[in-house]
Amino acid sequence: MPFSLLDLIAKKAGNKRQPITNHDQRSTECGFSNRRTETMNQDPANNPEDIVFQVKELTKIYKMGEVEVHALRGADLELFSGELVVLLGPSGSGKSTLLNILGGLDTATSGFVSYRGKNLTNANEQELTEYRRYHVGFVFQFYNLIPSLTARENVEVVTEIARNPMVPEDALAIVGLTERLDHFPAQLSGGEQQRVAIARAISKNPEVLLCDEPTGALDSKTGIVVLEALEKINRELGTATAIITHNADIAGMADRVIYLSNGRISEVKINSVKKAPGELKW
Amino acid sequence: MKGQVIAITLVVMSGVATFIMFISTMDSLNLTRNTFYRDYSFADVFVNLKRAPESLKDKIKNVPGVNQVETRVSAYVKLDISGFTEPVTARILSIPDDGRPLLNRLYIRKGRLADPAKDNEVVINENFAKAHGFDPGDQFAAVINGKWKKLTITGIALSPEFVLLMRPEAISPDFKRFGILWMGRKALSKSYDMDGAFNDVVLTLFPDAKLSDVLVELDNIVERYGGFGAYGRKDQISHRMLNEEFRQLQKSSKIFPTIFICVAAFLLNVVMSRTINTQREQIAALKAFGYNNIDVGIHYAKLVVLILFAGLILGVAGGIWFGKMLGAIYMEVYRFPDLIYILHPGVIIAAILISIASALAGTLHSLWRAAKQQPAEAMRPEPPAKYRVTLIEKTGIGRRLTQPSRIILRNIERKPVRTFLSVLGIAAACATMISSGFFKDSVAYMINVQFVLSQKEDMTVAFAEPTSRRAIFELKGLEGVHSAEPFRTVPAKFRFGYRSYKTVINGIEPDSRLHLLLDNNFKPLSLPPSGIILTDYLGKILGVKAGDMLTVEVLEGSKPVREVPVAALVKQYLGVTGYMDITALNRLMREGDAISGAYLFTDSMFRDKLYQRFVKMARISGTVVRGDEIRNFNEIQARAMLFFTFIATLMACFISFGVVYNSARIALSERSRELSSLRVLGYTRGEISYILLGELGLLTLIAIPFGFVIGYWLCGYIAQALASDLFRVPLIIELKTYSLSAAVIFVSASVSSLIVRHKLDHLDLVEVLKTRE
Ligand SMILES: Nc1ncnc2c1ncn2[C@@H]1O[C@H](COP(=O)(O)OP(=O)(O)OP(=O)(O)O)[C@@H](O)[C@H]1O
Ligand SMILES: [Mg+2]
Repeated sequence: MPFSLLDLIAKKAGNKRQPITNHDQRSTECGFSNRRTETMNQDPANNPEDIVFQVKELTKIYKMGEVEVHALRGADLELFSGELVVLLGPSGSGKSTLLNILGGLDTATSGFVSYRGKNLTNANEQELTEYRRYHVGFVFQFYNLIPSLTARENVEVVTEIARNPMVPEDALAIVGLTERLDHFPAQLSGGEQQRVAIARAISKNPEVLLCDEPTGALDSKTGIVVLEALEKINRELGTATAIITHNADIAGMADRVIYLSNGRISEVKINSVKKAPGELKW
Repeated sequence: MKGQVIAITLVVMSGVATFIMFISTMDSLNLTRNTFYRDYSFADVFVNLKRAPESLKDKIKNVPGVNQVETRVSAYVKLDISGFTEPVTARILSIPDDGRPLLNRLYIRKGRLADPAKDNEVVINENFAKAHGFDPGDQFAAVINGKWKKLTITGIALSPEFVLLMRPEAISPDFKRFGILWMGRKALSKSYDMDGAFNDVVLTLFPDAKLSDVLVELDNIVERYGGFGAYGRKDQISHRMLNEEFRQLQKSSKIFPTIFICVAAFLLNVVMSRTINTQREQIAALKAFGYNNIDVGIHYAKLVVLILFAGLILGVAGGIWFGKMLGAIYMEVYRFPDLIYILHPGVIIAAILISIASALAGTLHSLWRAAKQQPAEAMRPEPPAKYRVTLIEKTGIGRRLTQPSRIILRNIERKPVRTFLSVLGIAAACATMISSGFFKDSVAYMINVQFVLSQKEDMTVAFAEPTSRRAIFELKGLEGVHSAEPFRTVPAKFRFGYRSYKTVINGIEPDSRLHLLLDNNFKPLSLPPSGIILTDYLGKILGVKAGDMLTVEVLEGSKPVREVPVAALVKQYLGVTGYMDITALNRLMREGDAISGAYLFTDSMFRDKLYQRFVKMARISGTVVRGDEIRNFNEIQARAMLFFTFIATLMACFISFGVVYNSARIALSERSRELSSLRVLGYTRGEISYILLGELGLLTLIAIPFGFVIGYWLCGYIAQALASDLFRVPLIIELKTYSLSAAVIFVSASVSSLIVRHKLDHLDLVEVLKTRE
């Protein structure tokens, strides 16, 4: 199809100024509110409407036979519309656990999580599936593409079932893979595969994008290309984005940096100046 | 893995069990038969004649090669059993007055031998006694040489001569309506005016005797005395039927276990190569630590040995169990003093060797791959699988496919060999089912052709001696007889070139309305005024076709030998005979308008009354009722059929379950990551099940029609392998059999799918995503 990136961006920028009405209609059906804010709010705490996730006293205990592993020990957190946060913390501090609970892949042992005012804590399997299907995009360290499908088809996997999907080619254009539409994952480099994964994650026009070490398996140059894609999506589409990383340098591109240690939020830092991924170095 | 091990074990077990079942039943019956033959001195040669003086015995004894000779008096009698209104006939045989027959000795199950001087005491055969609930002391009546006589049962016996008891020309054993009576020689001779004479000889041969020479010599000797032709064991009906059973068991013991063993080998192959693939890193690590190939090989071989061992133990146990069950079913029909169940160690060893061979065939390749893997190479992850856009997608439907359907197609096309073998495995299960239903269908068809289309008479009466045609008018005059048609039966030997065959010629009315001959399209064939019509299979045996001149040696009366043109061949499933126009046959025999019996079409209201009359008519030696014959045939078949259907269904379930379940588990292990990813993306459990189970469903759907084809082919092979002059099984498979087979496959595939679906519902999404592929 004829396609210009500028067109798309203009369209999306237009969308940002007024709530997408058909989104609203459908979201009431599924019980989750799904409203987008106008632009990045510098002080979002003032406006409860803009809270995407609210997390209170969240604990997660893994039981392995006799042994109990406390992955989360009462985490409190809020995530706001359109913001980009980076989660940092030592290995085993509970970052992935937290992100998985936010994304509806796992359930908490106790505490409270809500997404747009809807309680996720007591959502059942079916509700969680629907939640993932329509509202959340995931990106993992290992790209988890379907090996038997081409880049385009991997994106179509999502657009086929989403309510308000992008055109798959558009999603791949955003991550700069217009030239690789018909390649199978095995024919793509790691960075390219990760960008397909990102295109797939955003193609449903999710409210939030959750990324667990998206650059973990990539070298720094490729990592920056991937981060640029994430930054662009956050900026242009206004998708709230959470990125887990072990790389403190990446924190520079965030609106806020959240530090975890030992299953708790130990510190939240607001970046007054955001760096572009291109300026990051490691 | 546990489920897969169980599934493969079940298939190995099925293979071993069917093998052991068939072979051990065959060996057991064989041993039981041989023991019975030996201990009760079963004769080697049998001769029937009209009447000969006892002095002829010495002449027979002097024939080179002849060992022991025993003369007997034998006759067919009508029985009159109170409370049983259907016609019953029996063969009555003499036993020497000293009560100790040299040959074909009796095994007395109950009671005692008959008093040789008393003409009202008989011993009866066990099946007959059982069918009527007779015990020693009970009484029934018989018409012996025209005289109605009350007989008392003194004993119940078995004879090696009648292990399988069948009325001559019957389609199956009928224990209610045909029996054997043994009476003292003195008493019986008196009844038949056979003092100092005999009409039946049995004899044994020395081991080095040449049977064919002895038969020729015997025929020469008894010729003058109305001999009907001497024959050896292989033409003796009981022996013959047992041999047929052995042949069937032997065939079955090859066909079915082969299917299972191949499926087991395939499953082992799939599982082993998958296991070794997923564990390549561990293998590399082991090697890096200094373990050598043999250690690694042994590690994996252990699993195979476990499966084999479990499969063998269960299979041998199941095989013995089934074998005993099958033996018991045979024993209902074939009468031996006791079934000696035997399982030769050689059979177990063969089963072990066969399953080991299948295991090797299934696993050697992957074990070898594991062995030759270099540690460094194995440490690296497996190269990614190569996928292509499938051919089907290129045809244009491709654009309309959803991504999950695309995934299914590409996975199927990526492993064509494995896909093909899976389909073949499921198809084999389907074929097994079809082959079990096939017998039922073809037997029903055979009965229909034989008795509904061809032999429309509902009753047959046979005369003791060839009779004048006038007898027909007498029969027609009886109340309840709608129509009667005469027939003439004469024993004869057909010769064409160097081939010959002994059977009977049936002379029937050319425009018969009751007894029709059918061509290949089941159209009635009109009998030509001259010439002979042969059963198609007899044509094959003799190598003759329509138009050839056949040499006919009649074995009755003046024993004329004639050249007769073959007019046509007719379709027949049971037995082999020749047919002629009755007047042409009379002419050939150089006799008047003699008839041997009549086909009747009667009013069912009067049937019982007619039997009563026929029993009392001295000239009538026996009556057969079509309906009874068919009913009895079905009863006799039913239990064996039920058993085989049960076994086949069980086995087909194991195979299809084994194949489908294994495919599902392998697919699950290969694709759990992909499926978890889809779940993360918001696909429901149902939607991801579609990808995995849809693939299996598709394979099953392809496999079922494929199984129909293989099944049809297999049945064709079986039909051909079993064809003999006794019967030919037509290759008929009813829609019902196809649908039942498909249903069984479908259900067992669904059950395995449900088990896997349960696993799919419990995929740990988070766990899978942590690791790299
Ligand atoms: N499925 C599980 N079963 C048992 N324990 C678990 C499980 N998943 C995580 N844990 C434990 O919970 C704790 C937190 O794990 P989590 O994966 O959230 O850490 P993380 O911060 O993401 O670490 P990393 O940076 O290494 O990824 C760890 O101690 C881990 O061992
Ligand atoms: Mg983690």
